[in-house]
Amino acid sequence: MKKFFAQCYIWFLLVLLYAPIVFIGIFSFTESKVLGNWTGFSTKLYSNLFTGNMQGTGSLMSAIENTIIIALIAASVATLLGTVAAIGIHNMRGRGKQAISFLNNIPILNPDIITGVSLFLLFVFLHVSQGYVTVVLAHITLCTPYVVLNVLPRLTQMNPNIYEAALDLGATPFTALKKVLLPMLKPGMISGFILAFTMSLDDFAITFFTRGTVGLDTLSTYIYTDARKGGLTPELRPLITLMFVGVLVLLIVINIRAMRNAKNSQR
Amino acid sequence: MENKDYIIELNNISKSFGDKVILDDVSIKVKKGEFVTILGPSGCGKTTLLRLLAGFGQADKGEIKINGKDYTDIPPHLRPVNTVFQRYALFPHLDVYENIAFGLKLQKVPAPEIDKCVRKVLKMVSMTDYEDRDVESLSGGQQQRVAIARAIANQPKVLLLDEPLAALDLKMRKDMQIELKEMHKKLGITFIYVTHDQEEALTLSDTIIVMNEGKIQQIGTPTDIYNEPQNSFVADFIGESNILNGTMIKDKLVEFAGHEFECIDEGFGENAPVDVVVRPEDIYIVRNLESAQFTATVKSCTFKGVHYEMFVETDKGYELMIQDYNAFAPDQEVGLIIRPADIQVMHKERTCNTFEGEVVDATHVKFLWETFETLPLEGFEHGEKVKVQVDFSKIDLIDHVEDGMLEGDVHFIIYKGDHYHLTILTDDGDHIWVDTTDIWDKGDLVGINIAPADIKISKCNEHND
Amino acid sequence: MSIMTKRSTWALPYAIFLLLFVALPLIIIILYAFKDSSGGFSLGNFVKFFTDADAIGTFALSLEVAIENTIICILLGYPAAWILANKKLNRSAVTIVLFIMPMWINALMRTLATAELFHVMGVQLGKGTLIVGMVYDYLPFMIYPIYNILNKMDKSYAEAASDLGATPWQVFWKVQVPLSMPGVVSGIMMVFMPTVSTFAISEFLTNNKIKLFGTIIQENINSSMWNYGAALSLVMLIIIGITSLLQDNKKEVNGVV
Repeated sequence: MKKFFAQCYIWFLLVLLYAPIVFIGIFSFTESKVLGNWTGFSTKLYSNLFTGNMQGTGSLMSAIENTIIIALIAASVATLLGTVAAIGIHNMRGRGKQAISFLNNIPILNPDIITGVSLFLLFVFLHVSQGYVTVVLAHITLCTPYVVLNVLPRLTQMNPNIYEAALDLGATPFTALKKVLLPMLKPGMISGFILAFTMSLDDFAITFFTRGTVGLDTLSTYIYTDARKGGLTPELRPLITLMFVGVLVLLIVINIRAMRNAKNSQR
Repeated sequence: MENKDYIIELNNISKSFGDKVILDDVSIKVKKGEFVTILGPSGCGKTTLLRLLAGFGQADKGEIKINGKDYTDIPPHLRPVNTVFQRYALFPHLDVYENIAFGLKLQKVPAPEIDKCVRKVLKMVSMTDYEDRDVESLSGGQQQRVAIARAIANQPKVLLLDEPLAALDLKMRKDMQIELKEMHKKLGITFIYVTHDQEEALTLSDTIIVMNEGKIQQIGTPTDIYNEPQNSFVADFIGESNILNGTMIKDKLVEFAGHEFECIDEGFGENAPVDVVVRPEDIYIVRNLESAQFTATVKSCTFKGVHYEMFVETDKGYELMIQDYNAFAPDQEVGLIIRPADIQVMHKERTCNTFEGEVVDATHVKFLWETFETLPLEGFEHGEKVKVQVDFSKIDLIDHVEDGMLEGDVHFIIYKGDHYHLTILTDDGDHIWVDTTDIWDKGDLVGINIAPADIKISKCNEHND
Repeated sequence: MSIMTKRSTWALPYAIFLLLFVALPLIIIILYAFKDSSGGFSLGNFVKFFTDADAIGTFALSLEVAIENTIICILLGYPAAWILANKKLNRSAVTIVLFIMPMWINALMRTLATAELFHVMGVQLGKGTLIVGMVYDYLPFMIYPIYNILNKMDKSYAEAASDLGATPWQVFWKVQVPLSMPGVVSGIMMVFMPTVSTFAISEFLTNNKIKLFGTIIQENINSSMWNYGAALSLVMLIIIGITSLLQDNKKEVNGVV
């Protein structure tokens, strides 16, 4: 009985949470310009999305392209910078370590709008003209702390003797790094990269403040401008649906992997 | 040329981490092919010593020679030693074969030779056919074997083992001890083995080095260490023992537990305070009271498999532990005999607490970083450096840490038959020794007070020895 | 040791990066906040803020909305997290993934979908839809940390309590709730901070009828009122700072994944 009520409550919340997305998903399969008006099943919006055949031609496509390229660059640089930094931080002691850990937490704790405004003012202050480069720099600022926080626990949990064992067996510090340390940090680097990538994909506020006036759009800023013009471009419906399904697949893959890993370590 | 006999020479090694002295002027010489065990409680500096030998860290002072060559400043990957780590430290991303071949591949040994070598060492640790296994799928004992195989595959001159069996269960530990001993014989290389397990040390070693608080307490063969401990720490740490305060009346005559006993020790002087050790199996327990040296009442008797372990209270009120093949019922009156050769007499390291102090004013003296009230001082100037002495039994330990002048924790306990001798480590890292009849446990936090009348002050240069 | 300590220099590039892109920008905010448009030192921006009834009103409304949203998220989220963490009531990992998933989807998109749904249902956009929409957006961020801590909690605490005579109700209130407080606190952080600083979301959910504090900051910055915008940002930073004091330094930030 108790279980029944509990399950009801859970599913009630889930239905509420997912209602908007499911609603969008359903209406992505009809052509109507106005949401909520079913004009028969059609995949035209999907084909429009992929052929770029719609009003404001190409601007949505270029926004998607920008989003992905910026996320890839930011996540890659963040992974490299963050991993090197994590190794350094792990070997630091005392005040320096505290200070750098504190600074590292600021972009995570700060609301995006503050990070955005502060970087905007920095670029104004330094007279840097804002555009692609400043957006990428801002995204690296946002993403790197997450990489550090994903790699650092790997280092602290690692048996310190493992690195020493490599030296003991005749490896130079560099070989030990390449053959032992980095392979062991790889899972942390991968999850750091994925997190950094999604952070960058999702970002709106920081891009909004650092993109300047050159007309650079990512998906978020495109949607923002589009929605403010009044009414959602119909082609965004299939896009939202696709991204939703994409995240669903990604999460399932990650969870299956995690479960398999858990099983392996139990063995 | 004499140096060539020693594969390892550590000369006057000292090492501190911050304020804490980990190793204090340690010197060790190890002969080629020996099985040497460094034995001591946790925190005694034994692992640090091994790490210095492997090259993980630098000594503050001192010199490390391997095979006659100075290795003090050589990084670990250039040292002819290999280590078996306590928690194995196998590379989790490599399989068994790749773990063992790791060092050989770095030396660019040709593949067929690596193959041969890996198979040879795997056979040696009885792990043939495990080449392709993932190391995390192995049991603790198997991982241990792979760790040993990995270290010996590199053909080191010296194998360092850092508590390699500590994580295994008792049965497995015993089996591995025998295998290690055989492996040592087969390989013919020097083993340096670190452990806190005295039984393991006695079983395995040619030579045992007992360490405590960063200092070497005794170096000797297992029988030497067991039968002739040089101080109460060694006596207490190795095996079971009765440790009592005694007085060396004259050569070959010692007083302890309220009686005089003949012994075989000489050269302590007359009426010298000493520590006396008698092993529980060396006290003979008899029914016939007349033929005994002294009498006692049995308090408890427990069967321990081979022998019975009994606690008795002697006629003068001392508690002794006795091991015997015969059982004696509690409350039974028994006679006790100790043979002269079974009495081990040791110099006392100290007979009271001695601190360096400084006179603050006519009734206060500063030592151990605190200002203590004393009886009125005469003949001392303010700020004068003095020697402060406090008897072991005159130090008050109290439960409420806040109420004490000093804070500390119980670091080490020796039962001396009718009282406990405690070593207290203060918050500032100083040692205070205390005699008490109260029962404390190791690690207890205590407050420490000293009454003004119990603080003895003397000029600094008076008893300078 | 000596080999390892040299590795500490590896943190240097990132340390410089942090100084340039994290520390310096914050200092610049403070710098701009205390300057007037001609560049001289001035408290004028703060005087302007505290004497402008509209700005103060918006500020108060933002706090109110954020607090209401946080409370509703706790009330709805705690029972959900408790059920999800309770093996007897929920054995399916799928429901947990379903609750986590919205956190991975662009908040703007989710908000837009919610606003459209309200629109189609004919609900008048306003404060009501703002709160409901925000709860939609942030509920998963409340559920997840609480679920995490309840799930990791050692069962023997509850067993010990019932062994000592506590009823299930007492076990819940006297043991599980106090022990799960760190999860609630990090949930509050993850819900309160973004809501108090949001700007685009409130515009969508109220059709621009209600302005929140974030929107004012954005409008000032966009219309080149940098000094006033910086001062407002500083006010928000102080609010954020006060909220973070609620929590220990040990924030489980990586718990989001």
